Amino acid sequence: MTTLTPTIRTGRAGIVTGTGLLAKRTTVTFLRRPELVVLSLVQMSAIMLTFRFIFGGAIGTAHGLPYVDFSVPGFITAGVLFQTLGTAIGIAEDMEQGFIDRLRSMPFSTAAMLTGRVVADTGILAIVLAVTTAVGFAVGFRLQASVLGGLEAFGLCLVFGLAFSWLFIAVGLLAGNVKAAQGVSMIVFIVTFASSAYVPTQTMPGWLRAFAENQPVTAMANAVRSLTLGSHSQAFLGHGPGYFVIRSLFWAVGILVAFSVISVAKFRRAAG
Amino acid sequence: MTLTIEARGLTKRFGKKTALDGLSLEVESGQVVAVLGPNGAGKTTFVRSVSTLIRPEEGELKVCGYDVRREAESVRRVIGLAGQYAAVDQALSGRENLVLVARLFGQSAKQAKANAEAVLELFGLDEAADRLVRTYSGGMRRKLDLGASLVSQPRLLILDEPTTGLDPRSRLDLWDAIEGLVERGTDVLLTTQYLDEADRLARNIVIIDQGRTVASGTPAELKRRIGGKILEVHVRDRAHIPLVAQALTREGVAAPQIDESTRRISVGADDGAAQWLIDGLTAVRDSGAVLADIAVREPSLDEVFLALTGQKTSSAESVGAATLETA
Ligand SMILES: Nc1ncnc2c1ncn2[C@@H]1O[C@H](COP(=O)(O)OP(=O)(O)OP(=O)(O)O)[C@@H](O)[C@H]1O
Ligand SMILES: [Mg+2]
Repeated sequence: MTTLTPTIRTGRAGIVTGTGLLAKRTTVTFLRRPELVVLSLVQMSAIMLTFRFIFGGAIGTAHGLPYVDFSVPGFITAGVLFQTLGTAIGIAEDMEQGFIDRLRSMPFSTAAMLTGRVVADTGILAIVLAVTTAVGFAVGFRLQASVLGGLEAFGLCLVFGLAFSWLFIAVGLLAGNVKAAQGVSMIVFIVTFASSAYVPTQTMPGWLRAFAENQPVTAMANAVRSLTLGSHSQAFLGHGPGYFVIRSLFWAVGILVAFSVISVAKFRRAAG
Repeated sequence: MTLTIEARGLTKRFGKKTALDGLSLEVESGQVVAVLGPNGAGKTTFVRSVSTLIRPEEGELKVCGYDVRREAESVRRVIGLAGQYAAVDQALSGRENLVLVARLFGQSAKQAKANAEAVLELFGLDEAADRLVRTYSGGMRRKLDLGASLVSQPRLLILDEPTTGLDPRSRLDLWDAIEGLVERGTDVLLTTQYLDEADRLARNIVIIDQGRTVASGTPAELKRRIGGKILEVHVRDRAHIPLVAQALTREGVAAPQIDESTRRISVGADDGAAQWLIDGLTAVRDSGAVLADIAVREPSLDEVFLALTGQKTSSAESVGAATLETA
């Protein structure tokens, strides 16, 4: 018990240790909530199966691209958003329950709280994406381009995940409570539906199409398509992989920079 | 004499709402101070200012000699905070929670484990140590939260309403735990809505309301000013109120408080004045009033306010107003 006598303490974990500790905490917390794990793994697979087998027949796709090849890259891209969305709720929960206050009252590198979260999110995302991809193959998706292209697409999805993880951290911090975070996160539905993730933008009315063609999810979904489908998709999408990859990376970097700045500022600033 | 907390003219506004309105208080090191106040008095706002979580717009605030604005990092090194709601991770075990916080304070894995162990033992949580916090009772969660603010061995422990919402048994347990810490030499700043809690734990009580210090002193000093216990008489018939009131009126003691609507008459009864109490009771009996009930009890926070300031608490006022409207 002698260990607990009050002393003037000087310690604090550095950014690397702090990131590691909090990444571990986020991962363990996620894995111990079976409902979240199941939701993550089942959600995208279920949507994919529904679209593939229920709507798949009804939705024809031009230029000889089967719907399954068109849609699986879209589902995987949308899956990145649905997975990282949980971050907003996790952060809001930590705020509501005072966990963030405790960290902020400690002599502690504020950034580690956020970087730890991002690292954990990206790791979890990698696993969930792997499962989603496997389901994609199971329902008939086939790589039309090289294996390298497929791996590049997977890596690109992780980069999107990194960017959206920061976006949802900012959402969680700004919302401040779980209900508000959930509400704001509903935007994900709109953003993914109004994109080329599920259906080609050519089928949309003009105003919607204008929005859909100029938002990040479309750029990302098309980038994943070009990397996995190669020349099969070029005729249909109108551009080659380079075009979409650069566009989507531009979006990812923009989102990452903007929302990491917002998050760190919001986190640092004494609330109010 | 070193001061643990030195606040002068603290002002904090949230939009139009003034949460702290020129609050001043001083806490000497080596003691427990309780900030006592009703809902919305500004207790949490004050605690959050001391913990560097919010920044008052005006005034000066030093914690262990460090300015909270310019030397926030130093302040954070010497404090441990247990906020109004237990900030422990439900999906981790008790031990994992403590180890995490200790490691974030830069302790080695071994040191963190040892400190976590010591805290678990101190709060009697050893048996539940490896269960997920999700399965803990409210009292256990509170204790763990308190423990988490302790693994870093802070000089000043800050507790925001540590026992609100706990059952009486857990409350007593937690009080014991806090007293244990004090004996070991940790300074404690705690907030509470309960006079008995402040009385039991604190050497000094600061009463605040509407963001301002209303009174401060040792529990004994404050009690002396309000007359210790309260003798309360509840009569059957409204017409008998004046009889009892007159019987309880004495030279040099505050006049009895009368509540017509509940037919209650109360008067401060000094702890020492047993004889006075007997005289009072005799006088009530001889007055011929028909009694529903008679009791000697601890003064409520409202009565303390009333006695010290001649005003009701802000929350009592609004309750009163609401009752009037519905009447
Ligand atoms: N973030 C905030 N935004 C707006 N108003 C606030 C905020 N925090 C506190 N207030 C207001 O400031 C006043 C003081 O609040 P504070 O939480 O400090 O009171 P308290 O004494 O801790 O009350 P309680 O006993 O209910 O915890 C209240 O009127 C409250 O509504
Ligand atoms: Mg409060």
